[in-house]
Amino acid sequence: MKEVIHTPVPSVEEEEYHINMGPQHPSTHGVLRLVVTLQGEIVMKLKPHCGYIHRGMEKMCEKDTYPQIIHLTDRMDYLSMHINNHAVCLLVENALQIEVPERVKYIRTIMDELCRIQSHQLWWASFGMDLGGLTCFFYGLRDREKILDIWEESTGARFLQSYYTPGGLMWDIHPDFQKHTKEFLKYFKKKIRDYEKILSGNVIFRERSRNIGLMTKEEAISYGVTGPSGRGSGWSCDVRKHHPYALYDKVEFKEILYQEGDTLARYMVRMDEMYESMHIIEQLIDNIPEGDFSAKMKAVIKLPAGEYYQRVESARGDLGIYCISDGNKTPYRMKFRTPSFSNLSILDHISRNLKIADLVAIGGSLDLVIPDIDR
Amino acid sequence: MKEKDFRDNETLESFKKTGQGFLLTTIDDIIDWGRSNSIWPLTFATSCCGIEMMATGAPRHDFARFGIEVYRASPRQADLIVVAGTIVNKMAPVLKRLYDQMSEPKYVIAMGACAVSGGPFYYNCYHVVRGVDHVIPVDVYVPGCPPRPEALLYGIMQLQRKIKLATYSDQKKIQKVK
Repeated sequence: MKEVIHTPVPSVEEEEYHINMGPQHPSTHGVLRLVVTLQGEIVMKLKPHCGYIHRGMEKMCEKDTYPQIIHLTDRMDYLSMHINNHAVCLLVENALQIEVPERVKYIRTIMDELCRIQSHQLWWASFGMDLGGLTCFFYGLRDREKILDIWEESTGARFLQSYYTPGGLMWDIHPDFQKHTKEFLKYFKKKIRDYEKILSGNVIFRERSRNIGLMTKEEAISYGVTGPSGRGSGWSCDVRKHHPYALYDKVEFKEILYQEGDTLARYMVRMDEMYESMHIIEQLIDNIPEGDFSAKMKAVIKLPAGEYYQRVESARGDLGIYCISDGNKTPYRMKFRTPSFSNLSILDHISRNLKIADLVAIGGSLDLVIPDIDR
Repeated sequence: MKEKDFRDNETLESFKKTGQGFLLTTIDDIIDWGRSNSIWPLTFATSCCGIEMMATGAPRHDFARFGIEVYRASPRQADLIVVAGTIVNKMAPVLKRLYDQMSEPKYVIAMGACAVSGGPFYYNCYHVVRGVDHVIPVDVYVPGCPPRPEALLYGIMQLQRKIKLATYSDQKKIQKVK
């Protein structure tokens, strides 16, 4: 009789296997593909694949004039659109050494902070939804509409406005801007308590997010994790504090730092940042000076030949724009250092040896915007 | 909205059901009425338009009023794919696969300038699919960058009218002709 050869079959726990999370997956918030190596339910390794929404913005910038680039940066990180525009405007203004009117600086700072609040609101909404709380989605987006209304009145567009231009603003704010912004602050101060009740004070949520995705300060620095994600590990990396632009050196605000470095800490940083943003707006909203809404600019903007770098603090972290100009009206090379790209790089490190269900929570706490990763 | 307030009525008129028996037409009408009022979209968004799609599902605009109640995460349970955002060359095969995985009847809305024609990425680009209709057949185009939620709602209402007017087999013929 022929001998039957038994090959040992590894049990499920021992065998490593790969699954694709994405590109179409609701909790990656876009088209990010994560190739996850699993052993049972434990994540052993994780490999992000970028490029499913690569729109070649850096290459496109080489054909576009500086005012045109503003419209591209809107669509890069579409949740901090004003802040992205601000980076391009500051780059051009610093290169040409143009002093923008004081009124512009006030409006830009207020708009940036409104932008940060709405970005965090949407993040809160989708983070709650990822963890199974659908109420968060409705509450967050309900309050976000109020900010969009304020913008629509002043800028003419609802979502991607391209409101900033090199040298100033596209047009002046609406006469009711201050009134409606103050109404919003009053409204949102009440509503943010609901946010605290629903998620921050929720035992299930706290236990679910505590001690997962641990990131030390050294790791945050070495991976370049900036923004609220880095500050949740105690790294003081706020560009508004360290390299102030616009009016951030004049207003008083705290840089939120948490030392724990877990998902809950990153969550708390963003929640506290919403309070700080409201505090900044309150200081500025009553004192907007009269004046022009734009400095005098030439019709064709040409940067002198040379290299320029401009940093701003977007809602996700440190956004840097590196530009080489050869003196023409289009840049020779534009490089965007986008925060989401660097923040993604640590995802593999902090999600190892955790359950795959925790990966959703960790990914949500990093607040990735996929077109920001791929540009 | 009243019938005369809609645009493209002539186009829809040309989709009208052609000669069938009384019984079949009536059953078709009932089925199409049901279909048009329970469209389940796929949770699929690539970029900025996805945020406006989320806003359409949120309390202010609330497209559950139109029966588009549940976002489905699996293409096998979805009837409608709203292509919200740019489709680049790397994503195009994935989108085709998602569309193929959906069970019939299935409908497509191209939302935003990128999905309609490539949008702001039409020129000087090496990577963008210039209109999602190069990959999958599209029922309704919603222009805008990004379209307002009202525009998406209008697109959805037009899709509902289209579903009500033409039977599914007729629609496939229409798409092929195009």
